[in-house]
Amino acid sequence: MSLRAKCAIAGLGQTRMGKNFDHPGPIGFAAEAVNLALDDAGLQRADLDGLLVNPGITWLNNPMASSSLQHAMGLGDLRLTATMNLGGGTAAAMIMHAAQAIDAGMAEVVACVFADAPLRAPSPNKGGDGGGSAAFYGFAQGLDAHYGLFGVNAHYAFVAQRHMYRYGTSNDHLGAVAVSERKWANLNPAAQFHDTPMSMADYHASRWVVEPFHLYDCCLVSNGGLAVIVTSAERAKNLKRPPVYILGMGQGHPGHNPLDTLVSGAPIAKETAFKMAGIKLTDVNFCELYDCYTFTVLVTLEDYGFCKKGEGGPFVASGAIGPGGSLPVNTGGGQLSSFYMWGMTPVGEAIVQIRGDGGRRQAPKHEVGLVSGNGGILATHSTLVLGSQP
Amino acid sequence: MPEFSKPIPAITPEMREFFDGARAGRLMVQKCDGCGKLRFPADDLCSKCNSTASRWVPVSGRGEIFSFNIMHQVYHPAFAGQVPYAVVVVELEEGCKFVSNLLGVKPHDIKCGMQVEVTFEKLSDEVSMPKFRLRAAK
Ligand SMILES: [Zn+2]
Repeated sequence: MSLRAKCAIAGLGQTRMGKNFDHPGPIGFAAEAVNLALDDAGLQRADLDGLLVNPGITWLNNPMASSSLQHAMGLGDLRLTATMNLGGGTAAAMIMHAAQAIDAGMAEVVACVFADAPLRAPSPNKGGDGGGSAAFYGFAQGLDAHYGLFGVNAHYAFVAQRHMYRYGTSNDHLGAVAVSERKWANLNPAAQFHDTPMSMADYHASRWVVEPFHLYDCCLVSNGGLAVIVTSAERAKNLKRPPVYILGMGQGHPGHNPLDTLVSGAPIAKETAFKMAGIKLTDVNFCELYDCYTFTVLVTLEDYGFCKKGEGGPFVASGAIGPGGSLPVNTGGGQLSSFYMWGMTPVGEAIVQIRGDGGRRQAPKHEVGLVSGNGGILATHSTLVLGSQP
Repeated sequence: MPEFSKPIPAITPEMREFFDGARAGRLMVQKCDGCGKLRFPADDLCSKCNSTASRWVPVSGRGEIFSFNIMHQVYHPAFAGQVPYAVVVVELEEGCKFVSNLLGVKPHDIKCGMQVEVTFEKLSDEVSMPKFRLRAAK
């Protein structure tokens, strides 16, 4: 039996995002996000019977993170819990897991949450690094450390460089994604870069992190938490906000060598999700795509088939994905210009858009939204098709 | 200013033959006994046939630049005076990929497809590290 529109997202909770240091760590952010999501739905803590948690990098070493959060929040008598990690593919995957459990009668109201606090306050003694996160994301060992290969940025840079060689993709193309997302962020008061416009010249002038990536090719690592409440479509209809129906769900994990893949798991995940939703690509009104880097957006657009493989560069440079374009993409400013909460950033903005809460950044048509998550080096992928109507 | 040297990899039991080979000027990779697939670094099993039996074999050390990046951020003090420096992915003639550094070419002159060959940089009596240099055209 298809799960199309059997479940809905009934609540969205988002803490302050960015360089906020006055908070008791990732569990504190997670609890705040879940409580905000319950408020949004018009539900109480006692209504929750499921809790799925994607711990960010600062509590990744907690093997029972969901249990820790349950105890911290004083949640009793849960029927479903799990700590999940598919990297940036987790957020959408948690929602899938919740929907399956609800449809199976194993739970009724499930909170799915991501939270992290990798930024530290600048230290007056050390001069401070502005709260940089390199210590958490720069891990390397063995031979890699000798060769100077540190961090996730460097691995994605290999993939982007190969894409450039193979297909003629350029920094102007990557910059088109960065500039487009910034334009959206300038329309979103909650985005960290709301007040800072960016031109293509600004993009090129931003410092190199690891070529071919400038600073503005990389996501905005943030402290915060984001949670959603999933419940049955029937129950969601009687709650505070209009239901955001889960029309399609799918995952794709291609198992490629991270050193030589140019293709994400999107083609596999899309097949399952679009079949469930009963939609074609032309039915998609807007996209919220996982954007750990500008490059990821370009590859994801190719892999869903919005353009041919290798033509992501010209496609984004055409202006199609920006405000006023034919395919609004990452309408809140995305992880590049608003905040990075792994896969929860695209999920959260899709809910805002489907509800029509986007204000100046509202996509003109918002009945059907496509959400993607991506983890590892194009290693995991998850797809959600969300809709305003069942 | 204190001097820092680049991290020297530990010689782990599973990588011992790799380091033995490098010390003798040979680039070694793991070859699956089940199906012959080459892999690097060492792994417990073959991703193609799942055999856990393997041996180390020498490869030509010739290949081409498959991809590269240019690091600008300093993650370890030994690299403070090195940035920007390049890290390359070499596709060996035999088919497997090897992450390393390319000697004698400025980072911004590196291109995918460049023909390269292995050379060894001696770090200590025990450890020599495979690096690559341009291969003269025949
Ligand atoms: Zn094998």
